[in-house]
Amino acid sequence: MSAHDDDHHHPAPVSPVEARARALEELLVEKGILRRDVVDAIVHAYENDIGPMNAAKVVARAWTDPAYRARLLADGTAAIAELGFGGAEGEHLRVVENTPAVHNVVVCTLCSCYPWPVLGLPPAWYKSAPYRARMVREPRVVLREMGCDVPDAVEIRVWDSSAEQRYFVLPERPAGTDGLDEDALARLVTRDAMIGTQRP
Amino acid sequence: MDGIHDLGGMDGFGPVDVERDEPVFHAAWERTVFGLVIGRAVAGLGGTDEFRHAIERMDPAHYLTSSYYEHWLTGLATLLVERGIVTPAELARRAGGAFPLSRPVAGGAPAAGAPVAAPRFAPGDRVRVRNVHTRGHTRCPRYVRGHAGIVVRVDPASPVPDVAAHAPGAPAEPAYGVRFLARDLWGDDADERTTVTVDLWDRYLEAP
Repeated sequence: MSAHDDDHHHPAPVSPVEARARALEELLVEKGILRRDVVDAIVHAYENDIGPMNAAKVVARAWTDPAYRARLLADGTAAIAELGFGGAEGEHLRVVENTPAVHNVVVCTLCSCYPWPVLGLPPAWYKSAPYRARMVREPRVVLREMGCDVPDAVEIRVWDSSAEQRYFVLPERPAGTDGLDEDALARLVTRDAMIGTQRP
Repeated sequence: MDGIHDLGGMDGFGPVDVERDEPVFHAAWERTVFGLVIGRAVAGLGGTDEFRHAIERMDPAHYLTSSYYEHWLTGLATLLVERGIVTPAELARRAGGAFPLSRPVAGGAPAAGAPVAAPRFAPGDRVRVRNVHTRGHTRCPRYVRGHAGIVVRVDPASPVPDVAAHAPGAPAEPAYGVRFLARDLWGDDADERTTVTVDLWDRYLEAP
């Protein structure tokens, strides 16, 4: 039997959760509640145009422009809007700055709040029970397990995004990057450094 | 509600499992569910607080054994059933099997209370989190209730989620960034150079 025949007679089994998602979508479209084209356009943007490269540009600007850095720390939403970023889940953006004495890390223990317009949609581990349960209780241990060693002398500040503010971390500029321009610096900034689970 | 979603500080979950080079969506159905939830917001079918509360009411065993987007699917379907847009029978028939939904609302909106015109607290103030265990929606995590911390920031007034999840016209109240010492939350064994800052609406707080 050819592969084609096999596909024809035995389509890939649909998992129960997949069947439920499909059922709800079909019902809402049939009832005229949702339009597939509107939804597709929004989802497409999150898959392609919105992601941590946005926040990386903010970080690189802050590393190279002290006046911008000051504006960013004073009013994250406004300073980030200067670079053209904002929108759903980014109405109140707040940037917390790492220093040699302070390491910041972001969590949402109640659900999975995250600054979508600048970091995109959160990774599965950020939304997982172990991260949400443990990051407020034993952050130094969890960070070490995740490969992020924060020396005991450095204060850890955990930010639980429980209300309207959405946080991300301004990491320290890595040593040896004096000659790099903003674009090159932005390429060095990782999503995890801006969540606070990595130190560059 | 003191639900399974309120995970802060719980033990027993083991290490954080990090997937390298993770895609935005792991399967087509996750993309579908994300789109449906965004579409629901665009269509004005329930606000964020109502949606969150629909997820919080999932059976705890189902919550812990399902992925984030299955939480979204279950919460959304529950919300739409409660609004009379789809029926459980329609969902099950179309899905060709069981379509688990969240449990019913167990507590409604608290009394709206007098509007808080101006912030009652200022940066530097010591405050205590009230020991309130609402049966409805709240954004006051269990692990800070009864504990004292320091206000580090005052945020603009916004609708109180405890009301907004259950009824229209929620009053707006200021919120605060409140910083707690890890040792105050978790005891003397906790790291001495760790703080946790939690954002809390005015009504969650009292003078210590």
